[in-house]
Formats: sequence, structure tokens, C-alpha cells
Amino acid sequence: MDYSSFLQMREEFSLLGVMIFLLIYDIFAGEKGLKYFQPVALVLLTAHTIINCVPRDAFVIAGGMFHYVPVQTYVKSILNIGTLIVLLQAHKFLNEDANRIKRGEFYFLTLSTLLGMYFMISSGNFLMFFIGLETASIPMATLVAFDKYNRKSAEAGAKYILSAVFASSISVFGMSLIYGSTGTLYFTDLATLITGTPLQIMAFVFFVVGLFFKISLVPFHLWTADVYEGAQTNITSYLSVISKGSAVFVLFTLLVKVFGNLSNQWQPILYGMAIASITVANLFAIRQQNLKRFLAFSSISQAGYILLAIISGSAMGMASLVYYVLVYMFSNLAAFGVISIIEERTSKVRMDEYNGLYQTNPRLSFVMMLALFSLAGIPPFAGFFSKFFVFSAAAAHGYYVLVFVALLNTIISLYYYLLVIKAMFLNKNDNPIEVVKSDVAVKISLVVCTLGILLVGLFSTIYTQISALSFGF
Amino acid sequence: MNFLSLFVLIPVLMMAGLFLSNSRKQLLSVMTTGAILLMIFSGVLTYMYFAERAAGNLATMVFTADTVWYAPFNIHYSVGVDGISVAMLILTSIIVFTGVFASWKIDPLPKEFFLWFSLLSIGVYGFFISTDLFTMFMYYEIALIPMYLLIGIWGTGKKEYAAMKLTLMLMGGSALLLVGILGIYYGSGATTMNILEIAKLHIPVELQYYFFPLTFTGFGVLGAMFPFHTWSPDGHASAPTAVSMLHAGVLMKLGGYGCFRVAMYLMPQAAHELAWIFLILTGISVVYGAFAAIHQTDLKYINAYSSVSHCGLVLFAILMMNETAATGAILQMLSHGLTTALFFALIGMIYGRTHTRLITEMGGLMKVIPFLGVCFVIAGLGSLGLPSLSGFVAEMTIFVGSFQHTDMFHRVLTILACSSIVITAVYILRMVGKFLLGKMQDPHHEELKDATWYERISVVTLLFFMFALGSAPFWVSDMIHHSVLPVIGQLIK
Repeated sequence: MDYSSFLQMREEFSLLGVMIFLLIYDIFAGEKGLKYFQPVALVLLTAHTIINCVPRDAFVIAGGMFHYVPVQTYVKSILNIGTLIVLLQAHKFLNEDANRIKRGEFYFLTLSTLLGMYFMISSGNFLMFFIGLETASIPMATLVAFDKYNRKSAEAGAKYILSAVFASSISVFGMSLIYGSTGTLYFTDLATLITGTPLQIMAFVFFVVGLFFKISLVPFHLWTADVYEGAQTNITSYLSVISKGSAVFVLFTLLVKVFGNLSNQWQPILYGMAIASITVANLFAIRQQNLKRFLAFSSISQAGYILLAIISGSAMGMASLVYYVLVYMFSNLAAFGVISIIEERTSKVRMDEYNGLYQTNPRLSFVMMLALFSLAGIPPFAGFFSKFFVFSAAAAHGYYVLVFVALLNTIISLYYYLLVIKAMFLNKNDNPIEVVKSDVAVKISLVVCTLGILLVGLFSTIYTQISALSFGF
Repeated sequence: MNFLSLFVLIPVLMMAGLFLSNSRKQLLSVMTTGAILLMIFSGVLTYMYFAERAAGNLATMVFTADTVWYAPFNIHYSVGVDGISVAMLILTSIIVFTGVFASWKIDPLPKEFFLWFSLLSIGVYGFFISTDLFTMFMYYEIALIPMYLLIGIWGTGKKEYAAMKLTLMLMGGSALLLVGILGIYYGSGATTMNILEIAKLHIPVELQYYFFPLTFTGFGVLGAMFPFHTWSPDGHASAPTAVSMLHAGVLMKLGGYGCFRVAMYLMPQAAHELAWIFLILTGISVVYGAFAAIHQTDLKYINAYSSVSHCGLVLFAILMMNETAATGAILQMLSHGLTTALFFALIGMIYGRTHTRLITEMGGLMKVIPFLGVCFVIAGLGSLGLPSLSGFVAEMTIFVGSFQHTDMFHRVLTILACSSIVITAVYILRMVGKFLLGKMQDPHHEELKDATWYERISVVTLLFFMFALGSAPFWVSDMIHHSVLPVIGQLIK
């Protein structure tokens, strides 16, 4: 066997290198050396992001286990940038005395989930896919319960691991049925072998549930709000953006590549779930007072919008999806960045505590407003463009009614996003949140997000690049 | 990028300037400079437009420019103007200019106020120069969202309710519109989103039946079409002066302009078949708005309902689908824009002095503030259609045009709509009689001061253009005549 072909998994190896280096560094460095742990880690990750951002030619290695297509580079880069932003936002939290000792674990666990997602994205076989999925899930549960002396965090960790394991076991059951009916687990073979027999349809439904759980679509969303609320805020943002972003991408590729013959089955399923996710999540979001729960429901409904890109199953849908994830990442991380820094300094997360925030923290309120407008799809911010493209992808295939329902839902979503803006700008408060000083790392992350929100939409090059590679994903 | 983009670029630069300013003086100088530049620039554009037409350029849109923006979706940033857009751009410039002077003493947070105000004007200007469906829609939405904060922070009365209601209803309209736009684009099988190109194609009639009502209603919400007008009274009554002026004066025209330029131009067959439904709805707007205005006691509510009535007339005239009525509709847009902006400016100024807008709590103000009082009377007369003021020309043209239809249905509707003129006279004269003449209600009002210099600039500018449009309407009708024809030609084909 020619092991040199393994070296083509450049992204994976470079990430693994960073992880192992950080692990050793954390174990063996002295008190003095550990001071530089975070800067070194961030610099290494930035380097990793930069050297891996150029797409290569498609290839298949490991006997069909590992499929690489160029658009994956963009997805992985988006995940890299998102992880970097999250780590920047967690910088201060990890420097606190109570957490400094666990810093290495935080980085190692976060990067392992990222590595799992890489494998999941590039998998060419269900086994590989499952390994990736689990590598992403199990460290994730540990991260959710990271703050283990906090009851809520521990509870969230338990909830997450139980529902995740349940979902993946159903998923594995689906895979076993697929194997039973076709005799193979390779994606390329399955594309022709899956013909739509009742057993295969059942297998498909079981399998896909695991992914729906990761994306937290209605009705598999029940864990979301509790976990988002309980977990440390930076973990929540990681969960809501990175974990979700990778899963939607994989869902798209699997539906089209492997289950392409079942499109008559999965299109109605996605149709119903898109409407259910958007509507139910929107209605629940209206009543939330805790901003983390609020953003949990908002992220469920955003996932519903992403389904509009998936349902088309076209190259245009793929490009819209990747672009949507990119924009969603900037917007959501900006919102979570503001929430996390305020929670960190003042431990306030309720919407009514945000009343009058603009008087004391105009910059943070401004960033939050941009993020929420972008999430609501208001021009000239990037969210408008990504929503338009997603709708356009669905409309191109004649799903006008679905687009219409989704658009009506954008009004509801605008309503609850405006509630936060109202609290920050309009509501009077004699005792608003005191002036919050943000450290350099958070500032950098918020500046990056703001620039992303402002520029990704107005400059079309990014979309055109993604779109150029989306053919034959 | 051609020079039309300056209309968007100048407000962007204004925003940058505002961002860097520290004192009220600097803010105001940035705003005035920008507003004056925009005025001069619209004047130059008008001159160039006439010169272009005189030189024999008969293209539908002149000064066009086209840059590919999002190639995969055929989205272009394309601009161009015809007579109608030039007229609307002039109107916008006038109102932005007077709006700056009307909000000279805005408080609190003047910087933020002007920032949002400039963003609003970017949306409006951009909408009128766009010829691409996507950019048009984008600018339309840009114009909507600053309203929430402008009303919510600087408004009066039940401002939070009004701001939310206005934003959500208009976003609802834009949701309908977006489905319509996607339907037009994919339905026509176009390879571009340029309106002029799509107009050459044919959208299947059965698709038009779905997308015409969506598009028309989408724009109609902004044009205060019954039953989607309810945002307008609350929104306008709660908004700060300059925002009411810009919103009632220009933003509501986006609705009429869009109905004409997008819905009817691109889907003529459905427009023919379904016009009756919308004629009835807009007819109701016209009459109902006028009746509702009679019952109000709040000056701003009176004017807001009167706006519903007058903007209803714009849509009503467009749906008559002939040249005279359509010309009248454009004239009415200009006329109503000027009149209503003047009204809102004056009401704002009076409210700033008396701290009440209820006509029952005021009286005899003509004696203490004669300048504002006289201007108010002139605005009222313009609104009820006195010859030599702008309202007369517009309404006359509309009704002459509408009466060209000889069938019963159109005749009856026209006569009903005509009755709104009489009702308008009732509420205008009653309002003027009550609070300007009448008996002094509040002894504190004796000491009120008349208009300051910046208020005078604002009011006199608007009055000047009202007289100009009313006494010499031919230069405007010359300008728009050529531009109404392509759409009408599409409709009678």
C-alpha cells in the first residue's frame, strides 16, 4: 500500500499537528512558557487556516474512504475561521484562574471536534462518516459540561451526550439497514444501488435523523435551548455555528450524492421540516427572555432557512448553502461575542437587563444590532444577500409556496430581533449594564465579524468563488 | 458606476462626515452641504435630461450604466433614469433638503438621527435610479429599516407600538414583493434582472395571475392601499418631523412608482384582468382615507389619513391605464409629496411651540404665529386642489384621464373618487378654522414666537415648488410624458 497518498489529507494532518503540538506544549511547558500558550495556539491555528485556504484538485484516497472535492476547502476554511473567532472570544475566559489549568483541554477538545468534522465532510464511506460524526460529538459533550461545578453546565452536558448518543445509535441502525440492503457502505457504489425499495427508505429515514439532530431541526430540536443556555457561552456559539455548519454541508452532499435516487422521498420531508423548523422556532423565540435561549431558537429557524438551499439539490443550492453558512457564522458569532463578553463581566443575559445598553456601551450595542439585522436579512448587511440566494435557489425549482412561507416567517423573526434592538436602544433604564471593557482578543473577533457582516455581501467575489467550485460538488 | 450613483454616494459620504463630526454645528454643516449638493445635482440632472431628449435620444432610460454584480444570479448593478425617476429624484432632494432644516434642533442624539436619516435617503435615491429588480428591492429594504429606530427613538406618542407596526407591515409587503420578483425572474426565463430586458420577454399569463397580485400588493402596502394602510396613520403620527416628511413625501411614492414600473410594466395581461380588484381597493382608500381624516382631532393623524387618501389616488390613477391618468398619477406623486411634507413640517413646528397637536386644545394661533399660519392655510388649499397650486393640476389630470373610460364600472368609481375632493375640503377647512382662527384656547399660546430662519427656509422652499408645479406644470408633464408611454404602450398592446 502506498502510504504517501495519505499526505494528500493536508488539512487533517496540519490540524492534527497543531493539536499534538499544543497537547505536548501544555503538558511540558513550565509556568513561564504557559503564559504564551494562547497566543501560540492562535498563531498556529491562523497559520493552519491560511495555508489550507487554497482549493486543490479533487481526489479519492484510502480506497474510496476519503473523498476530496474543492468546495470542501471553503467549508473547512469557514469552520477554521469560525473556530478562530470562538477561541479569540474565549481568550479571557480561559485566562481566569479557575480555568487556566483546563486551558489545554479546551483547545484540544475543540480542535478534536473540528478534526471530526473534517473527516465527516470528506468521508466517502459511511464508516468514515460515523467516525467523523462521533469524533465531533463526544468531545463536544465534554465541552458543554466544561464548567463542571456549574449545575446548569453539567446538566447541559448530560442532556447533550444522551440525546447525541441516542441520535447516533438510530443513525447507525439506519446505516446497518443500508448495508443490509445493498451490501456496501461506499458512497459511490450506493448512489446506484439505492433504488428506493421500502427497506432503503426506512434505512434512509433512520440514518438522516442523526444529522437532523446535529442541525437541530424541528422535531429534533428539543435539546437545543437547554444545552445552549447551560453551556459556557463560547461553547454555545461554537455549537451553533461550527457544528451546525458542518452538518448541513454533509447533509447536502449525502442527500444528493448517495440518496439522489430517493429525491422524491426526501424532498417532501425537507419541505415539511423547513416549514416546521422555521415556524416553530420563530414562535418560541418570541417568548424567550434569556438571550442564549433566544439565539438557540433563532439558530433553529436559521437552520430551517438553510433547508431551502438543500431542497433544490442543485449547484446553485450548494453555493447558496456555503455562502449562507459563512454569513450566518459572522452574524451569529458577533451576537454571541457581545453576549459572552457581557455575561462574563456582569453575568447578565436577560433581555430586560439589556435595556438602555446603548447609553453605556454604544459600540457593543452597535455590533449586536448589525448582527441581528444581518440575521434578520436586512440590507445592506450580508444576511440579506445570503437569504436572497437561498430563496432564489428554492424558487428556481418552483418552490414558491415554501419561499412564501419562509418569507412570512422573516417578518416574525424581524419582530423578535427588533425586540432586542428595542431593549438596547429604545427602552429606558435607570440602572443599565455598566461600561464593559473588552480585551484585545474579543475586539479583534468582533471587528472581524463586523467586517464580515458589512463586506461579504457587498463584494460579490466571495460568492462567485464559491459558486465557481460548486459545480460537481 | 456612472454619475447617477452620486445620488447614493453623496449620502454615503455624508454618513462618513457625520461619523467624524463632534458638535452639532459640524453635523449640521455636513447635512446642509450634502443636501445642497444633492439639490444642485438634481437640477443639473434635470437640465441634462432635457438636453438629452432635445438631442433626440428616445431610449426609455437614459444615462444607463451596467456593472455585473452577482454573475451566477444575473444580478447587475444597473442604473438609468427616465422622466419619472428624474421627477422623483428632484422631489427627494427637495424633501431631504427641507427635512434637514426642519430637524435643526433635533434632540437627543443628533448624530445618530442624521446618520439614520442619511441611510433612509440612500434607500430612496437608490430605488429611483435602479433599473435592476434586485438592486431596486435592496434599496427598498434599506429605506425601511432605519424607520424603526427613527420613530422608536425620536418619535412622540405611542412611538414604540407605531414603529414596530410600521416596520413589520412594510416588511410584510416586501416579503410579498420578493416572491413576486423571484416569480418574474424565473417565470420570464430571463437571463438578467434588468427591468427593461424583462419587459421585452413574455411571462406566461397563468404565472402572471399569481405574481401580479403579489407584486402589486407588495408595493401597494407602501402606497397605503386599503386594507394595508393601517401602518400609515400611526407611523406618521409618531414619527419625528423630518421623518414624517420624508416618509409621507417620498417613501410612499416608492409604492406607486414600483406598482407602475414593476408590476404593471412587466405583467400587463394580468394587470388588465385583475385591475378591477385593485381599483376597488384603491377607491376605498381614497374615500375612506378622506372620511377618516374628518374624524381625527390630532393634526398629524388628519394629515396621515389625508395621505392615505391622496396616495390611494395615485394607485387609482395608475390602474386606469391610460396616458392622461398615468401622467396625472405622477403629478399627484409630486404634488402630494410637496404638500404633505409642508404639512408635516408645519405641524412639527407648531407642535414644537404648543406641545399639543390636538385641534381642540388650540385656537386663534393665526394671530400669534402669522407666518406659520398663513403657510398652513396655503398648504391646506393646495391639498384640497385650489388652482395655481400643485394639487389642482394633478387631480384634474387624473379625473380627466379616468373619465375617458366609458363603462359603468370605471365611471362610478371615478365619480366616487371625485367626491374625495369635497371631503378633503371639509376636513381642511374645519381644521384651519378651528385651530388657526377660532378662539384662543390656552393663554400660554399668547407668547408663542413665529418661525425661525431655518424653519422659514424649509417652508418657503416647499411653497416655492408647490407654486412652481401648480402654475407651470407643463415642464414636468413634458418630462414625464415620454416616460409614461412605454409602460402604457405595454399595457394597451
